[in-house]
Amino acid sequence: MIAIADSPINIQECIDAAQSERAGAVDVFIGTVRNHNKDKSVVRLEFETYDSMAVKKMQELAEEAQARWNTEKIVMVHRKGVLSIGDVAVVIAVATPHRAASFEACKWLIDTLKQVVPIWKKEVYDNGEEWLEAHA
Amino acid sequence: MKYTIALFGITKEIVGSSSTTLEVADMLTTDDLLALLRAEYPKLGAIRSLLLAVNNEYAEQGLALSEKDEIALIPPVSGG
Repeated sequence: MIAIADSPINIQECIDAAQSERAGAVDVFIGTVRNHNKDKSVVRLEFETYDSMAVKKMQELAEEAQARWNTEKIVMVHRKGVLSIGDVAVVIAVATPHRAASFEACKWLIDTLKQVVPIWKKEVYDNGEEWLEAHA
Repeated sequence: MKYTIALFGITKEIVGSSSTTLEVADMLTTDDLLALLRAEYPKLGAIRSLLLAVNNEYAEQGLALSEKDEIALIPPVSGG
C-alpha cells in the first residue's frame, strides 16, 4: 500500500497491510507533528503534495528497498493538507523475515522519502509561517 | 509553443497560482525554461534549489521539452 492521504492515517490499517505470514518482523515508523522547530513555536503544519509523482517516487523507493533488503511487504502513507500538533504525518511499515532488515529498510525509506519525494511542509507559527528547506 | 508548469509550495506562493504558462517561439530545454521562470519571477532566485520534473520524473539538465509533457517546478522537498 503506497498512498497520499487527505484524511487521518489509520496506523493499525497500515500495520495490517504490511503483515505477511513469511514475516517475522514488522518495523513501523510514525512521523508526527511536533510543537516546535528550533526556537519557534509551531501552531500547525500544512503539507502540499505532487500526488502522481509522490506516489510514483514512493513506489520506486519501495521497489528499491525490496531489492536491497528482500522485504515481504512495504506500506508508505503520507498525509497532505492541514495537520495539528500530534497528528500523524507519515507511516512506513516494513515486513521482513528477520528484524534487522526491517529496521534498516524502514530507516532508509523515511530518510530517502525526505530527500526525493515531492512533498512540501509549511510550518505555521504564532507570528508567521515558513516553507521548510526553501531557503539556504 | 505553449508550456504549462505546475507549481507547488513556495513557488506556488511566489507566482500566486498553482500553475503558469509560457508561450515561446522555439522549443525549450529544461535550462531555458528555468531561466525564463527566474527572469519572470525574480523571487524564485532566493530559493535554495529549483528542479524540474517532466512526466513525474526529475529531469536532467538540457532535456528538450514537448508541449505535451507534464512539467512541474520542484522547490526543495520537505516531507516526512
